[in-house]
Amino acid sequence: MKTPIQFQLNGEDVAAFVEGGANLLDTLREAVGDLSVKGGCWQGTCGTCTVLIDGSPRLSCITLAESVAGRSIETTAGLRRGADLHPLQSAFMERFAAQCGYCTPGMLMAAKALLDKNPNPTRENVVEAIGGNICRCTGYEPIINAVLDAARGDSRHRA
Amino acid sequence: MSITVKTFPRLADAASALGQERGARFIAGGTLVMRAINEADPSIETIVRSTDPAFGNIAVSSGRVELGAGVTMAAILAERELAFLHPVARVVGGPAVREAATVGGNLFAHPPYGDFAAALLALDATAVLAGGFGQRELPLEELLSRRERGAVLVSSVAFKRPAADALRFVKVTRMHPKGVSVLSIAAQLPLTSGRVTGARIAYNGMAPAPLRAKSAERALEGRTLDAAGIAQALAVAADGTSPADDALASAWWRREILPIHLRRLLLGAGHA
Repeated sequence: MKTPIQFQLNGEDVAAFVEGGANLLDTLREAVGDLSVKGGCWQGTCGTCTVLIDGSPRLSCITLAESVAGRSIETTAGLRRGADLHPLQSAFMERFAAQCGYCTPGMLMAAKALLDKNPNPTRENVVEAIGGNICRCTGYEPIINAVLDAARGDSRHRA
Repeated sequence: MSITVKTFPRLADAASALGQERGARFIAGGTLVMRAINEADPSIETIVRSTDPAFGNIAVSSGRVELGAGVTMAAILAERELAFLHPVARVVGGPAVREAATVGGNLFAHPPYGDFAAALLALDATAVLAGGFGQRELPLEELLSRRERGAVLVSSVAFKRPAADALRFVKVTRMHPKGVSVLSIAAQLPLTSGRVTGARIAYNGMAPAPLRAKSAERALEGRTLDAAGIAQALAVAADGTSPADDALASAWWRREILPIHLRRLLLGAGHA
C-alpha cells in the first residue's frame, strides 16, 4: 500500500506516493524525478546522497521517506538561480574539485550545510563538514580549497 | 515486499505495537533500520515509529541527566551542558550521520557501531523502557546483555551527572576523521585524595555488545593514576572480552592494542 506524503523540495511544494519503508533517495529520484541526488552505497556510508532537511545535512538513502512529510528538502537541483551557478558550484569548477563527479552532489550539499551556518569556516571546519563524504578521485584537497574559495567569495560566478 | 509503517504520537502506544506486531522494528533516525530495509532484510515486516516530543528531550540538572532515546548526536553536540559527552558524540560518523544517529539506536547497534553506548555504560546509566502499562527502569548493563532477546522500546536513558572532566573516552579507528571503530574505551574515574574510588570502565568492540571491564575496575580501586598504579589494571584489561575477527582487525590484535589504549586513557593522554 502506498502512502501519500507532501513536502517542500527546493522551495516548491511536492507530493508523492511512497511504498512502506521507501527511502528518501529513491523517492526523490523515482517518484519526484529529482535526478540530481545520487545513490552510492544505500548504507549511509558514502555520503553522495546527502540532502538538506530543514537546513541540516542528512543521508537520503537511510532516511525514511514518510519521515519528511511537511519538511523542507534541498538538493543540488535547487542550488543555481536561473543561469547563475551557486558560488560553491563555480568554485568546484574552478578548483577542479570534481573528477568522476559521483561524490559531487553530496559534497556540495555537505558544504552548503556548513556555509549556511558558518559563512567563514576554517580549513578544519571544512574537513569536518565533508568528513562523511567519500571521494576516491581528488584526494579531497581541491574540494576543501573550493569550499574555502566559495566562503571567501573568490569564485568568478557569484550568486 | 512492502513494509507496513505505523506512526504513534505516544511512545507507550508505539511500545505496545512493537510488542504485538510480528516482525516489527522500531525506527528512530534510521541509520540501522533503513540500512537493513535497503538490504531487503526479510525479518522486517513492520516499522514502528513515534512522534512523541518526549523522545527528543534533554533534561540536565545539577545532579542528573536524562536523554530521550531519540536525542541525536548533533543535538548532544549543540548542548553545552553535555560537554562531557561531546568527545563521544563527535566521533559518531560524519555530520549527516550525527543528525540521524540517536542515543537509543546506539544501544542496539552492533560493533563497529555503538560507541556511545559504551560511554553510557561507563556513566552507570539506566535505561527507561516504555510500555503499554507504564515505564520501568533497567540498568544499562542488563539491557545490553539481553538486547537480542526481544523487542523493547527504550524511551530515555538517565545517569548521575559526572564532573566536567570525569568521563574519558577513546575511539580507535583506522581512518580519520570518520572511521568505524576497531574498539572504543570509556572510563569514569572518580578520585578521592588522588586515589581511584568506584571506577567505571566500558569497552565497545571487545564483545558482541558493550561491556564493563570489571577486572580492570577492581584492579584500579584505591590506586593512583600513574604507571605503577595502573599496571595491574592493564594486566587484566582483556579479561572477560570476546572480540571478533573481522575485516577491521583480528581478535588477537584487538586484545593486543586494548591495554595500550587503556594505558593512554588512564594516564590522561587525551582523546583519539
